[in-house]
Amino acid sequence: MTAIGKYWRIALGVAVIAALIIVPMNFNRYGLYILSQWAVMTIAAMGLNLTLGYAGQVSLAQGAFVGIGAYAAAIMTTQGMPLIAALGVAIVLCFAIGWILGYPALRVQHHYLAFVTLAFSTLAFLVFRNEDWLTKGIYGISNIPRPNVLGFATNRPLPFYYFCLGSLGIVSLAMWWLIRSPWGRAFVALRENPVRALSLGIDTRRYTLMAFAIGSALGGVAGTLYAPLTQYIDPVPFNLSLSLDLLMMVIVGGSGFFFGPFLGAMIAVLLPEWLRFTQGYYLMLYAVAVMLLLIYSPTGILGILDRYLTERRTKAASALRAVAKSRLETAP
Amino acid sequence: MSNLLDLLVAGLATGAIYALVAVGFTLLWQTSQTINFAQGEFVMLPAFLMLAVMHAGAPFWLAIILGILLSLLLLGLGFKLLLVDPMLRHGVLPLAIATMALAIGMKEAVKQFFSAEASPFPSIVPAGDVWILGRVVSVQSLGVLALAIAVVIGLTALLNRTSIGHQMQATAQNPTVARIIGVPVERMILLTFLINAFLVALASLLITPIYLAKFSSGEVLGQAAFIAAIVGGFNQVRGAIAGGLLIGVVDNLAAAYVSTQYRAAVPLILLIVIILFRPQGLLGRPEERTV
Repeated sequence: MTAIGKYWRIALGVAVIAALIIVPMNFNRYGLYILSQWAVMTIAAMGLNLTLGYAGQVSLAQGAFVGIGAYAAAIMTTQGMPLIAALGVAIVLCFAIGWILGYPALRVQHHYLAFVTLAFSTLAFLVFRNEDWLTKGIYGISNIPRPNVLGFATNRPLPFYYFCLGSLGIVSLAMWWLIRSPWGRAFVALRENPVRALSLGIDTRRYTLMAFAIGSALGGVAGTLYAPLTQYIDPVPFNLSLSLDLLMMVIVGGSGFFFGPFLGAMIAVLLPEWLRFTQGYYLMLYAVAVMLLLIYSPTGILGILDRYLTERRTKAASALRAVAKSRLETAP
Repeated sequence: MSNLLDLLVAGLATGAIYALVAVGFTLLWQTSQTINFAQGEFVMLPAFLMLAVMHAGAPFWLAIILGILLSLLLLGLGFKLLLVDPMLRHGVLPLAIATMALAIGMKEAVKQFFSAEASPFPSIVPAGDVWILGRVVSVQSLGVLALAIAVVIGLTALLNRTSIGHQMQATAQNPTVARIIGVPVERMILLTFLINAFLVALASLLITPIYLAKFSSGEVLGQAAFIAAIVGGFNQVRGAIAGGLLIGVVDNLAAAYVSTQYRAAVPLILLIVIILFRPQGLLGRPEERTV
């Protein structure tokens, strides 16, 4: 990314953040809801990006973790407990389950792991649906309150959107720090070549489990925001298709790229809305768009950008080389 | 234990259908490393193709023939040329994601162009009951079972007894070596896609009269077939057959003896246990890890 230049990148970042804060101020209720949903799904997709993009493990259970977080928030806040307590419970619970679910990852690879997590996803859905005493089953939990943050009520859509955006900001900073820490470098080493990572003294077992557990915990974080966002949850949104959607978000945005989940979630959440004018055709067009994108660039949207920048850099480098060479040749 | 026989026959009948779907799934995986997440939708679509032909006024037998031909064209040839071929060089995961998108697209297309409601579908096996060992067993279950078994036997014979079958197996085991010894690998891969399309069309024909034609019916079926394929052995045709029958029976028995609420969980728990203790599946052979 050196091609853009450091200051331009900072300016771009500030502009995007400013736009995210200012532009929605005159959005209507539905627009704010969609944007909040984008922020929430980005957090869940970031978690999956850590598992998939950095540690190279396919998980089809991220939707289930969002569900666990959402139910934790719904059950606890309707009992009068604060959301921050639910957040703690969700993180601990999802981290622990993610850690346990990571064990098969040590034994089996690729598609087998995908199917273990797929099985977990379906089991979680069955528990949400059938354990009426806890989750109220198919009737769902309604009147989920929105939290007070630092003394501000977030009942109205705009404050709640800022709450989601702020949470996304905190998670992004934490993730930014994580992937630059020795941990993150170990994750990347794990993805690129597990055997070499092992030979470099990286405890692959522990890091694989860690990537799974942290990724899952972020799914739980997204869930605790999702419940107060919709203020009503039932098992349906947390079925397998949410896990598949999240996986698509990560791949479409660009797995292993920091900003991949942001773009992927934008496409998965906003594109169907923009295509809504096509009425019943929007999901069809969305599916076709995803397929075409993957055929064109299997590394997602950021993969295209990355390729373009690499090409430019290579061209610039070979141009420099040519200049240097001609100078050498013309030198006396 | 009075209705155990009924449960077994019904379980084997659905299991045989799962086996058809699972076999196609393993064939695609073996020859071209394709994990088809749309396999369930592949079973859903042929029934609608046949219904569409019938709505145009054609008799049932003609609808079946046209439905199978369309399925070969769309789900066999079209799927391979338009999606798998351009994506294959990118590796397993992007292709798997693309088939997920394909599944969404197929579901939405059927919902949009046909109907969101479940439609009845005529059965090729007559309704009625027969008495076996003093018990009433539905002719439909028996007929479905018989037809599915016949197809499975035919397929195994094709794979094990004919020269084309041997060439397909060689392709599945090692495409490079197969190419060196003169097997037309490309043609064999295309053939597996066509066989898969034929199997899903047949499964569609057999299962839709039981569960009605609905745009979303592929979800459950696809998952059952995946589980069957993995339980039996991802890389073995006979594993997929055994897995299919096993899942069908376990599913039916679980519905009767465990709880109806958690019946869907029983095959999944079976799946997790098998993956943990025998990741290659009951009849599968371990795959070598490539680094």
